[in-house]
Amino acid sequence: MTSGIKDKVAILGMGCARFGERWDTDADGLMVEAFEEAIADAGIEVAQLEAAWLGVGFDAQSTGPSGIPAAVALRLPDIGVTKVENYCASGTESLRGAVYAVASGAADIALAIGVEKLKDTGYGGLPTRTRGSRWDMIGVTGSAPGNFAQLASAYGAKHGIGPSDLKRAMAHVSVKSHANGAKNPKAHLRNLIDIDKALNAPLIAEPLGLFDCCGVSDGAACAIVTTPEIARALGKTDIVAIKAMQVVSSNGWEMQSDQWDGSYLHTTRVAATKAYKEAGITDPRNQLSLTEVHDCFSITELITMEDLFISQEGQGWKDVLDGLFDADGRVPCQIDGGLKCFGHPIGASGLRMVYENYLQLLGRAGERQRQDSPTFCLSHNLGGMPSQNVSSVSIIGPLGV
Amino acid sequence: MDVGILSYGLYVPRRRLQRNSIYQTNRWYAPGLGGLAKGEKAISNWDEDPVTMAVEAGRYCMDGIDRRLVESISLASTTLPFADRSNAGIVKEALNLSDNVMSADCTGSLRAGTSSLMHALQNSAMALCLAADRRKSKVGSTEEMNYGDASAAVLAGSGEVIAKFLGGYSKSIDFVDHYRETGADFDYAWEARFVRDEGYQKILGSAIGAALEKLGISAAAVDHAVISVPVRGVPQKLAAVAGIAPEAVADSHMATVGDTGVSHPMLMLAMTLQNAKPGEKVLLASFGQGADVMVFETTQHLPAVNQRQAHFIQPGLADTNYSRYLFHRGLLDIDKGMRAELDEKQPGTSLARDRKTVLGLIGGKCSESGIVQFPKTDLPVNTLSRATGTFEDYPLADRVAKVLSYTADRLAYSPDPPSYYGMIDFNGGGRMVAEFADIEEGEAEVGREMRMVFRIKAFDTLRGFRKYFWKAIPVQRGGS
Repeated sequence: MTSGIKDKVAILGMGCARFGERWDTDADGLMVEAFEEAIADAGIEVAQLEAAWLGVGFDAQSTGPSGIPAAVALRLPDIGVTKVENYCASGTESLRGAVYAVASGAADIALAIGVEKLKDTGYGGLPTRTRGSRWDMIGVTGSAPGNFAQLASAYGAKHGIGPSDLKRAMAHVSVKSHANGAKNPKAHLRNLIDIDKALNAPLIAEPLGLFDCCGVSDGAACAIVTTPEIARALGKTDIVAIKAMQVVSSNGWEMQSDQWDGSYLHTTRVAATKAYKEAGITDPRNQLSLTEVHDCFSITELITMEDLFISQEGQGWKDVLDGLFDADGRVPCQIDGGLKCFGHPIGASGLRMVYENYLQLLGRAGERQRQDSPTFCLSHNLGGMPSQNVSSVSIIGPLGV
Repeated sequence: MDVGILSYGLYVPRRRLQRNSIYQTNRWYAPGLGGLAKGEKAISNWDEDPVTMAVEAGRYCMDGIDRRLVESISLASTTLPFADRSNAGIVKEALNLSDNVMSADCTGSLRAGTSSLMHALQNSAMALCLAADRRKSKVGSTEEMNYGDASAAVLAGSGEVIAKFLGGYSKSIDFVDHYRETGADFDYAWEARFVRDEGYQKILGSAIGAALEKLGISAAAVDHAVISVPVRGVPQKLAAVAGIAPEAVADSHMATVGDTGVSHPMLMLAMTLQNAKPGEKVLLASFGQGADVMVFETTQHLPAVNQRQAHFIQPGLADTNYSRYLFHRGLLDIDKGMRAELDEKQPGTSLARDRKTVLGLIGGKCSESGIVQFPKTDLPVNTLSRATGTFEDYPLADRVAKVLSYTADRLAYSPDPPSYYGMIDFNGGGRMVAEFADIEEGEAEVGREMRMVFRIKAFDTLRGFRKYFWKAIPVQRGGS
């Protein structure tokens, strides 16, 4: 049986660019911004990096193919740079590559960087794209909100939740994230909204309105990882360690068998179960300090609370309305604003989530800092569409806890 | 064994554009159209063309009949989407007919449908004769008020015919009442009075008389005169001249459907058969650079087919959105936005590989586990044995499905926004994420029963191609 990743890898430093509509810079500039912060935080020389992973979702317009763009932009020291793409889990995948390299002993210090330059698209939302010659003949060229909106229809129908109740719970998710994002100087959207504004916004994909959808942003985030021993040798005392990293990809079961009912994320449930086992968590609702989940849409966040086993199935919407996930709730979610307001540069998002959890664990989150000492902090990505997707669950926390 | 009609089918698109809504927009320019601003006409959606409409009529026609028996298929139209790619061949794939059928496109005249039917009736092979048209008309024209979209199907052959073919008569005369050059968008029509006097009366009128004389049938014995002339009063006049009783003249359906071009004679025939009784004589007459006249006698097998066909005739939905109609005809250059810029290039290779999956909606049933899956894959979902190649063809197009989840997407580009789509589960197994076609606000819901229709998925405007695939529409709906 596998021994898991727990406490084998430490985060030496992290950085995150200011997210937003960065008309002023391109993917290279965003990567430099995140990297300079991370390398300073790590307290090492660039020459000490031994391997690197680059996460990008839409490489055609962000960086182009391969890991070379990161090597060039950051002037990395003749090391292997591997580009990874796994939909919205691309940032987490870059971290997984670096973490596994350190854990295997292949590298002492490794870099994970994720970037996305989405605002060169010319329109709101994610770029439309093809998905291979067979899919293009039989698939639906919908939009991301359209794909995820279907969760709401199936979830509401399965649990008998009236459309107005569900809409209100979804609105609460977004109002909370705006309140959190307003306190984050690096967030894309920093305006406060009230519930009526969310409820009355124009429909994007029924039943999702404008404020049920996350920001589409430019940004980059970066992590430098090493072993706990090297971290200590480099003078680090409060060491943040990787507790779990799990990624699960759909094998077609949801889309092609008739067993999935459309109301939840199968992959998230499997990834969470594996991650809790890896981290030694038995009671997520009470053991998790913070969560950064893939709130691409309000309904996704709400249902993810159930898929992470924090809420009971069919009860997530009530926990949302009860404020369980608000900044002052028991299990705050998206305390940095989340995808909703920090923004969602695809390749950077997974690392951005870990960045916030890292800051919170080190007490560096400024106005957003949780006062009780966080222990297990979870981040979650979901890429693709509910019927066929990749999901990741990562957990970090103080070394040895 | 009797030769004649074995079955029929007709498809009239759901939306019915109110003629007055056209007139109200254009009356500043063409006040003379006021006289035509009555009633409604059937209009196909943006994703329909003669091929897709023919598929629908063909499916209705073949309801309850083993499709493997069909020996030939023809598609008659003056608006075939492809000049060089068998349009009938596309329909053949959608209907999952045998690869061994003969297929032919028939075009060049509004008489193309009846001519192909007459050809078919001259031998005893089972022939599916389809007719469909989707004609464009200039804004503010008489044609715009008159032209509607529809398709019709007649299955010809021998055996238990519902209408025995008593014989036919044809005339070919290059009489140019209107024309459209290859590649042109619009008809150019000569004065109506000239066409009435020199065309309908002289050419068609004399053909009706000659046909009855040739076949030795008295005009008084004709119970139904299906005279496909889309001009008020003309069929009645021609019938009177021939000696056919006025009450035998079939409705032209101009008030509710419009002039549907090549499909019109067969559409009128289908609607007439729907209301006919066994033992009645039906005369079918069509016009277009000559005339085709055929006479049939209905049999005791007609009521059973009428009963089958009746439930396919669904009510229309009144539509007053004239600008949407213009846009769907390519006559209004609406700003589609950047999302519409997606390159829809179709690799010929993948279409050849997945012909049955894409055009026939053929899924697979695993011979080991019994599971149904769309599309077929080398390894079935939920595979335990890891055996490959266990899927047998499993057609899904005629299976009812239920909505599992859906959305109405206002972000994704659709020519008919919002774009409805969702996951559907087929009765008997298999599921897919499908676009919903012809759906109005409030008609989508979880658990709703849907049926599949063959539609245009996307246009490749860069290279001049259209991709076809299947979409879902609600099974039962009201009209207005």
